[in-house]
Amino acid sequence: MDIERIDQIIDSHRGEASSLIQILLEIQRENGWLPREALDRVRERLQVPVSRIQHIVTFYKAFSLVPRGRHQVHICVGTACHVRGATRILDKVEEITGIKAGETDLDLKFSVETVGCVGCCALGPVLEVDGKTHGKITPTETAAVLKSYE
Amino acid sequence: MSEVILQIDGKEVSATEGMTVLQAARSAGIFIPTLCYHEKLEPFAGCRLCIVEAEASGESRLIVSCVSAVEKDLVIKTRSERVDRIRKTLLELLLAHAPDSPKLQDLAVEYGADKNRFEKDASFCVHCGLCVRYCAEVVKKNAVGFVGRGTKKEICFVPEIASVECNDCKECFPLCPTSYLQAAFVLTEALAFPNTSSEPDSE
Ligand code: SF4
Ligand code: FES
Ligand code: FES
Repeated sequence: MDIERIDQIIDSHRGEASSLIQILLEIQRENGWLPREALDRVRERLQVPVSRIQHIVTFYKAFSLVPRGRHQVHICVGTACHVRGATRILDKVEEITGIKAGETDLDLKFSVETVGCVGCCALGPVLEVDGKTHGKITPTETAAVLKSYE
Repeated sequence: MSEVILQIDGKEVSATEGMTVLQAARSAGIFIPTLCYHEKLEPFAGCRLCIVEAEASGESRLIVSCVSAVEKDLVIKTRSERVDRIRKTLLELLLAHAPDSPKLQDLAVEYGADKNRFEKDASFCVHCGLCVRYCAEVVKKNAVGFVGRGTKKEICFVPEIASVECNDCKECFPLCPTSYLQAAFVLTEALAFPNTSSEPDSE
């Protein structure tokens, strides 16, 4: 992401420090993660302390300080999904991707994350890939779903 | 500003409108334990040790005295069975993180708190935020901040700022109830900007 684009985003918020979170979210959304240069630029332009930026980007799960994969895999480990076998789904995902929850593989293909209840417990166990929900999923189906992504 | 009369521990206390219950108590020489409060800083209401019982129109409730404004005819009890029990538990939880903090140990004696009640998780920092807020609000350098959230929350020095500002300041050091702050600083210094402090020259 180049500096000009970051400046555009900042300008669209009139460079106001009160829009810090919105600006960070937009950079995150477009770029997939928050590189150091981007944060430095935001700090300079908005005149906010690094400590505040650090606090915010490490507080909200929406932000990532490292590159994320092309596909976001979320395994629900909420109570309902847990009793319906979420652990087996998670194991399968970890086996196929070769990474653990919270990590991204070296090819930047998948980022795996466990999440709390996603709000459709009747469909548990639930797997979400790039926002698409796969309900009542089995380990075998999990493998098929993941294989369909490039 | 108008005067507000309230009662604290059976004593008539006169305060000015807008004052907190804690400030009113202190001005009358009545002690309420605090951990995250500092008179130069905005109240943080993080530690909850300063809770007191407040009675108004026949109802008794618990209030956090460092952020609760005085009200006319409020009847405050700074100690009661309920308050003491809560403070004891809070201290026990804090002691699980910082068992050797002198400040916590003193209060533990007062409230009969057992530092071994909860399993130890010696993170040392108890998230009082004094260091972070002092650096931001009083010194205005923001050399130290919080990162993370929940059980993973911790303080973190910003090396670029700390390396130029901290050695000549260190005003936050005595504020830390646990000495974790000093430890974190020394660690940051060793990792990010060694040899900038006033160590004897060894070249
Ligand atoms: S390092 Fe000390 S002063 Fe800073 S938040 Fe932790 S306990 Fe409080
Ligand atoms: S627990 Fe998984 S959707 Fe509710
Ligand atoms: S002193 Fe009031 S909450 Fe810490």
